[in-house]
Amino acid sequence: MARERCIIVGASHAAAQVAPALRQNGWEGAIAVIGNEYFLPYHRPPLSKDFLSGAKGFDDILIRQPAVYEKSNIQFVLGMTIDGIDRANKQLTLNDGEHIAYDKLVLTLGARVRKIDIPGAGLRGVFYLRDINDVQQIKSFAGKDKKAVIVGGGYIGLETAASLTKLGMNVTVLEAMPRVLQRVTAPEVSEFYTRVHSEEGVTIVTDAQVASIQGEKNAESVVLMSGESFPADLVIIGVGVIPNTEIAAAAGLEVNNGIVVDEFARTSDHDILAAGDCTSHFNPIYGRQMRLESVQNALDQATIAALTICGKPKAYSALPWFWSDQFDLKLQIAGLSQGHDNVVIRGDMNGSRSFAAFYMQGNRILAVDAINRPQEFMLGKRLITEKVEVDTDHLRDDNFALKGLLA
Amino acid sequence: MPTVTFVKADGSSQEVHIENGTNVMQGAVDNMVDGILGDCGGCCSCATCHCYVDESWVDKVGAPDDVEKDMLEFVIDPQPTSRLSCQIKMSDALDGLVVRLPKSQF
Repeated sequence: MARERCIIVGASHAAAQVAPALRQNGWEGAIAVIGNEYFLPYHRPPLSKDFLSGAKGFDDILIRQPAVYEKSNIQFVLGMTIDGIDRANKQLTLNDGEHIAYDKLVLTLGARVRKIDIPGAGLRGVFYLRDINDVQQIKSFAGKDKKAVIVGGGYIGLETAASLTKLGMNVTVLEAMPRVLQRVTAPEVSEFYTRVHSEEGVTIVTDAQVASIQGEKNAESVVLMSGESFPADLVIIGVGVIPNTEIAAAAGLEVNNGIVVDEFARTSDHDILAAGDCTSHFNPIYGRQMRLESVQNALDQATIAALTICGKPKAYSALPWFWSDQFDLKLQIAGLSQGHDNVVIRGDMNGSRSFAAFYMQGNRILAVDAINRPQEFMLGKRLITEKVEVDTDHLRDDNFALKGLLA
Repeated sequence: MPTVTFVKADGSSQEVHIENGTNVMQGAVDNMVDGILGDCGGCCSCATCHCYVDESWVDKVGAPDDVEKDMLEFVIDPQPTSRLSCQIKMSDALDGLVVRLPKSQF
């Protein structure tokens, strides 16, 4: 019998995890990863942080060195996309028309940036930020004392604002909602980030509906519906991402805000698995279906997929966590805050740059935003996962030892 | 190239070569050492590369900074020689380093 073959589509965080994990768990067949970029899998979070500010180069952000894949006999087919999945014959069609047969297929397709359709969006100097090429182009337009306008006050927008400020640029962030980070944090935390960005010299404009980008060849200014105009040498748009699910949907797999997978990372076709940003899955800690945009989910779900393929199934159950570095703020987030009925602040959020916001449902913690508070993050992870009931007065009291909450 | 020995919770060990200047977590990930995850890529944000530095190496490795110390407070089974391996940079002075791994990273 011919050697079995596992094909992984998308050279992402999840791919860099699932391929070696297959080997570690005994998969003896061929492994090939198809990626649309010309790079081996790299860490995306530094793109808007240390990679943009120049503190890290390409070699620093590779997830694993090339030798690792060679040693494990993991092949990469880079600069290629797939046009379709033929499930009946278990083969893929590549964009050059070639067919590749698979026994097991893993979709680690990730997400792509949401584009905005306004006049001037195609001008030179207007960018999105998702991959290495984006950042390399952004860097060629960046420079000391130049002006950058960022559309979107989410994590990507704010991290980019911080990195460009570090490069000496004058930065303005335009947010359509009444506050930055509206989708993800409590008003108190939004207020805190607005304050720090202002202190660092970033101009944040909220309720800002962008109408157009003006310029001859290059972007020169961003104009709001109100008529207000912001001069720009560089425009970066960060307004969220869309999961890459079209290939799966066209192949008849169940898709519902993500490729639907079970607790073993299997799609509705059990020879096709999926992991990472492109999946919709059930989270038992929160008791609901969800799609996550995070490194944690990419890695943990990829491990689950590898175990399933290797015949060692383990049900996925993990607490989502995230991080964001801006200026001297180290934000670590554990859990998901949706459904909270109260926010408890621990520490001085008005006079300092160190505090934690706990999102409560009664006496249970649903999530924590920990800013320069690694202990609160680490403890929060445990309190949330173990569903520990806490006294909110103790939580709020910065003099009450955190260890006491575990008792 | 200096070597590091990782001793897993089950007692088995793996010796790997890590280039000078590379951190110990990355060296583990590049050699597929089971038990070191390094989810955040080494920016001291996740504490999934926790290890125990062998007593005889503690002085040479040095002490964690405040952020790392705070993270280590609430890892699974912290010990006096606990470190986050992403914060230990390899050098000739650490050639032969021995670290033990906890039974779980979270």
